[in-house]
Amino acid sequence: MGLTLRETLLAFRRAPLLSALSVMTIAFSLFSLGLFVLVAVNIRDALQQVEERVEIRAYIADGTPIEAIAAALGDIGSFPEVARAEGISQEEALERARSELGEFRDVFDAAFLPASIEVRLKPGFRDPATVSAVAARIRTYPFVDDVRFGEEWVRKLYNIRNIATAAGIILGVAFAAVAIIIIGATIRMAVLARGREISIMRLVGATDGFIRRPFLLEGLAKGILGGLLALGLTYLAHSLISRTLVETRFFDERIILAGIAFGALIGFLGSAVSVGRHLRRV
Amino acid sequence: MIRFTHVSKEYARGGLALDDISFHVGKGEFAFLTGPSGAGKSTILKLVYMEEFPTEGDVRVAGVHSGSVRRAEIAQLRRKLGVVFQDFRLLEERTAEQNIAFALEVTGAPRSTIATKVSRLLTQVGLSSKANALPRELSGGEQQRVAIARALVNDPFVLIADEPTGNLDDRATRGVFQLLRDINAAGTAVLMATHNLDLVRRSDYRVIEMNRGQIVYDSADAAADSADGRPTPA
Repeated sequence: MGLTLRETLLAFRRAPLLSALSVMTIAFSLFSLGLFVLVAVNIRDALQQVEERVEIRAYIADGTPIEAIAAALGDIGSFPEVARAEGISQEEALERARSELGEFRDVFDAAFLPASIEVRLKPGFRDPATVSAVAARIRTYPFVDDVRFGEEWVRKLYNIRNIATAAGIILGVAFAAVAIIIIGATIRMAVLARGREISIMRLVGATDGFIRRPFLLEGLAKGILGGLLALGLTYLAHSLISRTLVETRFFDERIILAGIAFGALIGFLGSAVSVGRHLRRV
Repeated sequence: MIRFTHVSKEYARGGLALDDISFHVGKGEFAFLTGPSGAGKSTILKLVYMEEFPTEGDVRVAGVHSGSVRRAEIAQLRRKLGVVFQDFRLLEERTAEQNIAFALEVTGAPRSTIATKVSRLLTQVGLSSKANALPRELSGGEQQRVAIARALVNDPFVLIADEPTGNLDDRATRGVFQLLRDINAAGTAVLMATHNLDLVRRSDYRVIEMNRGQIVYDSADAAADSADGRPTPA
């Protein structure tokens, strides 16, 4: 292991420019991927916030006994799709209307607006089909006059979310593929530059494993360094965007670790493939 | 020790390099391989250290057969062979000492053994004062001595030399050749491909002469023939 480490450090020291170039290439490939993931994460956040506003509102007939409403609230609250069911009295409805409508605040009296039950759904149950099904179930209560949930709006929102997810996956895979190809080519160049050395190693009786180990460690180190550098660049870009354009959220630890692990993995596998291919030829 | 039995070698793009040759090099022997460029000398050496394999026939080196050898066995075999080339093939970024040590490191030898052996070999090839010099800081003759020391570090049973004096002036050639003779005198076999007929004439070692992929003369056969009373070809 000591020898492998020494050989790896020696490789960095002997070809500092080529090593720096590989690390920079890995860093910029991962940086473009990182920028894309940053945008994707923030779009997902924004859509999630909008999605949280999906609600079903059941209007209740005048004169419905308060006990019946309370029973219905408990009942609806226990639906597996439902996150929260809240009763809104005529007074509360008026209060809200007044605060939301500003200059018309004096137009209504309490009896003008009906009492209602406001239902919020759990994440994963906000698609049009589920929302319609829950609405239909609520409609079966005899004291429910009408159920509204902005069917058209929910459908559109759902479509946008699907398009964003599909585009995210396709672009993410494309960006990752480009990063893998560029990093692979860079590492291959580094291996080719040491082709003579590899042939000399084989000549003096080095086994394939012995030759491979320093290259794998070097690939791993370059991948991790490139990943860290990419993380720094992405953070700078995030700070710049947040300060000048729009407030964005940076990656959580999970994505940061996944990004660095991705760099390490490409570095390692890229080296394994390149050295393996080279060894088969000498 | 090294036995070629009806060996032919055809390169996909280079045509027939060896055409049905058979010979044997025994323990502790010194043999020259001579002949014009393209005669097949280097191909024979490559078959010995198993960088190439015969298209037909069998090459057997220290009990390892070309037909059944596995990749890992080739690495083991090369540790028992020393190989030197016209272009030295030293690692440019390592000192003379490190180049020699490297051939021992790949075998997993302990550090103390490496230090002792490397120092002894540097003395043997007359370069103990240049231990820390990089190859580019050494003359051609000195670089070839480092390469020979590297080839000897694992105590090989045979030293394979492909035109080892091809890039050297007369003085360096004489020095390197004397070193090879000393090595042979100490018991290591030497198989040396060369264009330098002067060297061949000045010694009475076995000569295997090649032309167009065939052995056209082998002094060992000639000696056997004359012992049998048969005439020796010119």
